[in-house]
Amino acid sequence: MKKLLLGNQAVARGLYEAGCRFVSSYPGTPSTEITEFAAGYDEVYAEWAPNEKVAVESAVGASLAGARSFCAMKHVGFNVAADPMFTASYNGVNGGMVVCVADDPGMHSSQNEQDSRHYAIAAKLPMLEPSDSRECRDFVKAAYEISEAFDTPALLRTCTRVAHSQCLVELHDREEHALKPYEKNPRKNVAAPANAVLRHAEVEKRLDALREYAETTGLNRVEMGDTQIGFVTSGTCYLYVKEAFPTASVLKIGLVNPLPVRLIRDFREKVDRLIVVEELDGVIERHLRMNGIAVDGGKDLFGCQGELSQNKLRRALGVALPDTRRFDEAVPGRPPVMCPGCPHRGLFTVLSKLKLTVLGDIGCYTLGSGAPLNAVDSVLCMGASIGMAHGFTKILGAEAAQRSVAVIGDSTFMHSGITGVVNLAYNKSIATVLVLDNSITGMTGHQQNPTTGLTLQNEPTCAIRIEDVCRAAGIERVRVVDPQDMAATEAAIREEIAADAPSVIIVRRPCMLLKYVKAKPPLRIDPDKCKGCRSCMKVGCPAIRFTDKKASVDPTLCVGCGLCEQMCKFGAFEGGEGK
Amino acid sequence: MKTTSIMIVGVGGQGTLLASKLLGNVLIGQGYDVKLSEVHGMSQRGGSVVTYVRYGDAVYSPIVDEGEADYILSFELLESARWISYLKEGGVLLTNTQKTWPMPVITGAAAYPEDIVEKLSAMADVRAVDALSLAEQAGSPKAVNVVLIGVLSRLMKDIPEEAWTRAIEETVPAKFLELNRKAFALGREGKQ
Repeated sequence: MKKLLLGNQAVARGLYEAGCRFVSSYPGTPSTEITEFAAGYDEVYAEWAPNEKVAVESAVGASLAGARSFCAMKHVGFNVAADPMFTASYNGVNGGMVVCVADDPGMHSSQNEQDSRHYAIAAKLPMLEPSDSRECRDFVKAAYEISEAFDTPALLRTCTRVAHSQCLVELHDREEHALKPYEKNPRKNVAAPANAVLRHAEVEKRLDALREYAETTGLNRVEMGDTQIGFVTSGTCYLYVKEAFPTASVLKIGLVNPLPVRLIRDFREKVDRLIVVEELDGVIERHLRMNGIAVDGGKDLFGCQGELSQNKLRRALGVALPDTRRFDEAVPGRPPVMCPGCPHRGLFTVLSKLKLTVLGDIGCYTLGSGAPLNAVDSVLCMGASIGMAHGFTKILGAEAAQRSVAVIGDSTFMHSGITGVVNLAYNKSIATVLVLDNSITGMTGHQQNPTTGLTLQNEPTCAIRIEDVCRAAGIERVRVVDPQDMAATEAAIREEIAADAPSVIIVRRPCMLLKYVKAKPPLRIDPDKCKGCRSCMKVGCPAIRFTDKKASVDPTLCVGCGLCEQMCKFGAFEGGEGK
Repeated sequence: MKTTSIMIVGVGGQGTLLASKLLGNVLIGQGYDVKLSEVHGMSQRGGSVVTYVRYGDAVYSPIVDEGEADYILSFELLESARWISYLKEGGVLLTNTQKTWPMPVITGAAAYPEDIVEKLSAMADVRAVDALSLAEQAGSPKAVNVVLIGVLSRLMKDIPEEAWTRAIEETVPAKFLELNRKAFALGREGKQ
């Protein structure tokens, strides 16, 4: 049976078919759906871990126990997971272990554009790169074969276009793999110096064997056509090459680490010009140049930023582009915004009003940086808000502490905010942390997390209380506010930033998009009462417009949250709560 | 058969993903090779969203590039202006006349262009339709997506009507089926 599968869905299908038994991940666009789809198979145990490091450690444990195991993460998630990954490379596996890392060229939803292939090289791990959903499924299975044959975790690299494109995939049955027996083997599994010295030698031998494998594996494929140009390419770029140059010769690389040498050299000899097409960094190109294989075009043609496309290839190689036409006026951008009724809006309106320095974090609340709120000063990585607030206030002292806060979401707090709070208490900080608890992992599309009391399968479990964690970590000033009440929120923030001690305010209200949160009827504005003062516009709600010197509400967008009504001094809003 | 390229553009939350899913199901039913590409994540929060649908004998690239779209199905007028450069010579832009102001227009930092339909019509084959009114007539403003699919269905003459109605039955939850059947019919009848 053939089915249209999303790349991420096909990775999950591959896990099922390959007999994988254990999946642990932290959500991250564009990798999130893999784990959600994997959870749909009864044969596969799947869970959300609090972060990528714990996910990898859990998968290493499952592999040691003899099962085929798996983790999915976005590219920056691999930074968090890098510590266990680098040494898991030395220890190797018992049951096969595969880690999918999803890059985001063009940064559709990421804070940087790092190229994960560098990790494969640095950690000396094999890495496979599929081009479409069918290969996502096939390469997962191949990755498990490699993992077990070469005693190594294997990496699967996708990107946004592979993860979030769909194509037809023929479905196969699951192959069951019996658990491999666990045997105690400290020489292999205790990464102490004396053992690791020996393991490193094994890793180098393994790499040599993988290099030889790369020369002959079917994962790398030569498609001979016209010989004027030969393309060396991989992943989604292969599809752009086939689209723009359907008759050219192509060497499609499926195993991107380690790369073959003889295979590429043979291909080079058969074509007049050799062009390397790869998104982000020139990893394949550098490999060719290092091995003395002449390259006629690569990063000099395509650069190392953003996504490629068929037209970018055509333009770079001097092929005529299709005719087009343009709207010749400025088209205003449409940046993402907080949804109407978003619980973060009330808080950011207060932060904007108080003109505080806001050390931000990763999540929907990053959107507080946009106009008209303009309320965020910094965003770095998961959990960074708290550490940065600590350093910032240590250097600038009490006055700065009274003018600054860290802002972090519930899921991000569980991911890597807790250690930051421990640090505040331990190192006598006077910083103030706002934990925005909207009862869900929002930005990635509503995943459960340790604070929500539900598992990936929506089964009840213990809900970890942020206030208890903070108190246990030594923070004495912990309180909870509802951001819908902007006056109370403002009062709480004023008190805590003034305090001569570290404090945490939990700003708690569930995400408007959760099924159990019901919208209220849309508000209306009485044009006779509206004085055109624009106070209501300060909340930055997409449902409020301002035309002809009056504000009006778009009833198709408004969910009746009433923040705008709280801003109005003239009672111009009608139909709000309690009326 | 040569590859046909369709773009579905709109504003996060307008139901463009259901429209592309429906279209994908129709095309698979016709035995085509089909590729769909969309971007999830940040774009859901009221941002500009675009989905690519390509079909033919063998489809390579999952994305549509400038000057390549046979059809653009636009859920919002400003998005029609934004993506018009992707329309191929001889392609058709099918646009909803609904306007959703983006934040830069709301804050007054930018102006929403005027007379977009007229300006676009001067450079391309544009079919404008008030899909929101038709959706409301069908029973819910949320049915805008299926109204627009109805309009598109009339242009894609190679595909029989029952293929569309069957795909709607397979894609839409049972309790919304009647609403969506009505929305599709109103779009297909084409009161432009």
